[in-house]
Amino acid sequence: MKAKKGKVSVMTGNVAAANIARLCRPEVVACYPITPQSEVAESLSGFVADGSLDAEIVEVEGENSAMNVCRAASLAGARTFTATSSYGLVYMYDTLLETAGFRAPVVMINVNRETPGIHAVSSGQQDMISTRDAGWAQIIVENNQEIIDQTIMAYRLAEDYDIQLPVMVNYDGYYLSYLAEAVEMPDQADVDAFLAPLKAQPQRPRIIPGKSTGCGTHGIEMGYVEARYKHWAALERAKKKVDDIDKEFGEYFGRSYGGQIEEYRMNDADIAIVTSGSAAGTAKTVVDAKRDEGVKVGLVKIRLYRPFPEERLIQALKGKKAVGVIDRSICFGWKYGPMCTELKAINSSIGSVPILSYIDGLANLDITIPHINRVVDEVNAAAKGKAYQDVTWIPME
Amino acid sequence: MVIKHQWIFKTEAPWSDANEKMLALDTGSWRTERPVLDKAKCNYCGLCALYCPPQCMKDMGDHYEANLAFCKGCGICAHECPKQAYAMKPEGEFTNES
Repeated sequence: MKAKKGKVSVMTGNVAAANIARLCRPEVVACYPITPQSEVAESLSGFVADGSLDAEIVEVEGENSAMNVCRAASLAGARTFTATSSYGLVYMYDTLLETAGFRAPVVMINVNRETPGIHAVSSGQQDMISTRDAGWAQIIVENNQEIIDQTIMAYRLAEDYDIQLPVMVNYDGYYLSYLAEAVEMPDQADVDAFLAPLKAQPQRPRIIPGKSTGCGTHGIEMGYVEARYKHWAALERAKKKVDDIDKEFGEYFGRSYGGQIEEYRMNDADIAIVTSGSAAGTAKTVVDAKRDEGVKVGLVKIRLYRPFPEERLIQALKGKKAVGVIDRSICFGWKYGPMCTELKAINSSIGSVPILSYIDGLANLDITIPHINRVVDEVNAAAKGKAYQDVTWIPME
Repeated sequence: MVIKHQWIFKTEAPWSDANEKMLALDTGSWRTERPVLDKAKCNYCGLCALYCPPQCMKDMGDHYEANLAFCKGCGICAHECPKQAYAMKPEGEFTNES
């Protein structure tokens, strides 16, 4: 089949996100503006005002209400969309948990920004990391095209009858939110066609006026245990589903991203760098340059962070001699970065190799080519048996 | 993992139907007081039915009446009624009734 072509134009990550949300035809949108996401909320209101989006916009007084509106509308059967960032994400924390626990397939864009603790209007993944145990599927994208493509795929994942989970699509604030680059925006008919298989699935239960059905109130003993088990099992199932949807997307639109993780020059690599988001683009440049120097390094980009792609990562990293993980956030209470901590949990399956943790790119600091060069050099030395530092806060040295 | 658990919910999420679950319990036996309506004060606003925890208020067309098989006697209908149309009467006053 010939891949479906869209219209190429230049736009910011935020405008790309709003436009693809529009093409996915959400019926209810509740979105509270916050830097660096505001352009998404503004654009969606504009689309409804000019008639290009037929959705109910619920004007809320904050993010907590935004998520409550989306969950309720989703339980009533609507397709919903919201977007937030940082303070907004943590302000909806309780209802984030409920949305997942009630298995409402809300799709949300989270534009990564540093979280409360220190008031930082700047990029970083700490917001998303702070909600990693909320029971949502969390996906991190690298560039504006991936924002578009992954948002379409997010609806296929969230609303799949076998999954029924809310999905958070994350992209780096400031780096992607305000970066204008060329993207291919699919045609409405092609988005409709790609989402059409959802309509053929059984209908999920919904709140119906006049009926006495409800969701999520059985909080004791085995009712709770059963609901938690099903939620956990759905997240386990979501891993393969992400791979399957990505493959189908690739066949339909001609672009695919590797599913749970993207492996870049990993096949014959001796050592690996692991990172996520926009930093992966820079890391690919470094991998290419190091390859020219004869260093057999590859990159693993974590796309699916929750559920954690345990099996795919083991498959990709097994036999490598050392791994360097660059985290754009901190895991308070652990020495290593959050993604590094989790990679350490699968180290025995990889071969018990040195895993070096790097903290970089906090609060709008760039993860630069020299920084990643350094990571590759140190991981390469560790692979050859040299002593290494467990954790390095790159900007602090 | 071998699951021995007997599934409680037919659905993926914990959905339930109040008519099957809540109104299947013998909550009427918990009652020590019951709501007695003064129909002259009632303006049929429906707030008692809205707030009733076991949702056992019957719509009688011009007023509401608690279904005593399920009414727990909590008194929320009386508390919420803007017309103070309900009086909570001790069950002892009704011992000769069924």
